[in-house]
Amino acid sequence: MRPFASLTRRSFAAVSIAALTLAAPAFAQDTIKIPNIIELSGAGATVGTNWKNGSSLAVEEINAAGGILGKKIELVFVDTASDPGKARAGIQRALDDKPIAIFGPIYSGSVSATLQMTNEAEVPQIIGGEAANLTAQGSKYIFRTSFGQNVSMPKIANYLRDGVKAKTIAVVYVNNDFGKGGRNSIMKELDSRGIKVVLDLSTEAGQADFAADVVKLKAANVDAVFVYTNEEESARFLIEAKKQGLNKPLIGETTLLGQKVIDLAKDAAEGVKGHVGLTVDADIPLVKAFAEKFRAKYNYASDHNGIKGYIAPYMIKAAAEKAGKLDAKAIAEALRGMTISPTTTPGILIEGTWDATGEIDRISFLAEVKGGKQVITQTLPKLKP
Amino acid sequence: MTDFFQLVIAGLATGAIYALAAVGFTLLWQASQTINFAQGEFVMLPAFFALIATSVLGVPFWIAVLIAITASMLLLGLTFKFAIVDPLIKHGPMPLVISTIAVAILLKDGIKEFYSAEAQPFPSLLPSTLIDVFGVKVSVAQIGVFFIAMAAIAALQHFLSSTRTGRQMQATAQNPTVARILGVPVERMILYTFLINAALAAVASVLISPVYFAKFTNGEPLGLAAFVAAIVGGFNQVRGAIAGGLVVGVIDNLAAGYLDRIGVASSYRQAVPLILLVLVILFRPQGLLGRKEERAV
Repeated sequence: MRPFASLTRRSFAAVSIAALTLAAPAFAQDTIKIPNIIELSGAGATVGTNWKNGSSLAVEEINAAGGILGKKIELVFVDTASDPGKARAGIQRALDDKPIAIFGPIYSGSVSATLQMTNEAEVPQIIGGEAANLTAQGSKYIFRTSFGQNVSMPKIANYLRDGVKAKTIAVVYVNNDFGKGGRNSIMKELDSRGIKVVLDLSTEAGQADFAADVVKLKAANVDAVFVYTNEEESARFLIEAKKQGLNKPLIGETTLLGQKVIDLAKDAAEGVKGHVGLTVDADIPLVKAFAEKFRAKYNYASDHNGIKGYIAPYMIKAAAEKAGKLDAKAIAEALRGMTISPTTTPGILIEGTWDATGEIDRISFLAEVKGGKQVITQTLPKLKP
Repeated sequence: MTDFFQLVIAGLATGAIYALAAVGFTLLWQASQTINFAQGEFVMLPAFFALIATSVLGVPFWIAVLIAITASMLLLGLTFKFAIVDPLIKHGPMPLVISTIAVAILLKDGIKEFYSAEAQPFPSLLPSTLIDVFGVKVSVAQIGVFFIAMAAIAALQHFLSSTRTGRQMQATAQNPTVARILGVPVERMILYTFLINAALAAVASVLISPVYFAKFTNGEPLGLAAFVAAIVGGFNQVRGAIAGGLVVGVIDNLAAGYLDRIGVASSYRQAVPLILLVLVILFRPQGLLGRKEERAV
């Protein structure tokens, strides 16, 4: 009996291993991995964490509803440490696995450093970057989740002229790809509207002390100050502005009015006004539902980067279903010129249209910080309704 | 002129915090003849102790500050001395210096991994109410930060010069062998030095975090500024570290305010304290207020 029993056990083990080996590829094929190359530490940690949480929430929902074309999605997170060099390395490794899409990066400098790689590999890259020049570099494979500065700056310039009625202005920007792109765009728009820029103030990424900058702003004879810096720097700037009693209207574009900035700057953010492309405070039922789900899961309010991360998987879902296959090139082809509506894809939250360069068009908002919250004062229509 | 005073006041407030951290460099240099490259992280960490105390224990902020100071003294003073310094100092200063770099990485990545990589809002002990000082509008917080930092250093100076234990600590710093012969408990005095350094770092952390926010990367700029301040002022004198901190804080702000008026981009502000550092090393290596040390061959 012993040899037989031993043989049976051995046979059973062999059959089990063979079965598992055969089953492994089938299991792997049921799960599609999407690399998420984002800023999870360094200066962009706030941005990346919001994106990560938003995209994770969307993937959970998509998988619970059966996945994309019957396949479950798994996000693979890679931290760029907010460094373009590390972003390149992350994208290169991700492309080796021939993914159907890549999410991120969010910082424009990192997007700029990687977009030719995804273009050559013909893999759609769903980005969070907003620098105007990203969609002008010839890539057919990048797709924005938020407005480029070429779309948002005309809106904020109109607001400065018609809403704030500013004749003279100071521009404060961060000296990186995001800030310089925004500064160049707003300068052009202000000039075409006859608004004079009296002070053009460059600040550094990660800058902690804004005392000297606020002193210069106090001395400048301007009707308003346009602030275009990243989240933490925006909050530090607002705190210093309050500390020194800077009593000029502070106007921003999305970031300055973001929830993270409000949380960090607290009452120093009160009264800040501006244009926001995406906000959880929009009076749209799907957006409000997203905001509640996000808060329930992560115990804090999402900012616009959380929404950007959330809609990225739904963009791929809608495009893949339109293409009818999980193929990188076909998904990119489907996304170009596509309008994704919340009626067919509720996870997209707000109807968006992507043009051939990956630029997005959708409604946006004018807002003000009141009582520690972003309050929407006006909804602006799509550029091409 | 108003701008100038505004920049000087803001620079003094930041410089006072640099001074607190720079004093730590000086104290540890005197106690163990080593440079603690984790000093910046020693300033970064206590803010998180306070945040954990408020969120987990639910205590009022001022109690959280006391908990942060106590936790810092235990972890960054007591544990640092017994677990890192004592076993390594016998092998010479270099292994210890390198291990402080390892401690810095450990503390930084520990916070990133187990707390958050994101900046956290940190309450201020002082109100941001504006007051008028000779026509310059400054906040109570700015003035308060300066006076709290200076009061902490003044208390330290008083302790070192006017108490028996303080004088024993000074004797230990000047010549531990002779101090031991005279009956000074040298080991205990060195321990006190580490505890005081940790307490000062915690005070600096509580004062700077409302401006910098609590973030795992804060140690790098703070450590660098304090290190420059200590060298500029004089590494072997507490008064040198104070002067160095204030000089670095004020010069940094004046550079940011006036560089563009002489045709240099204000983004070069960070280079100005480093240029000062090079000049001091070249022309007055012992620092502005430091004591010249002769090395026996």
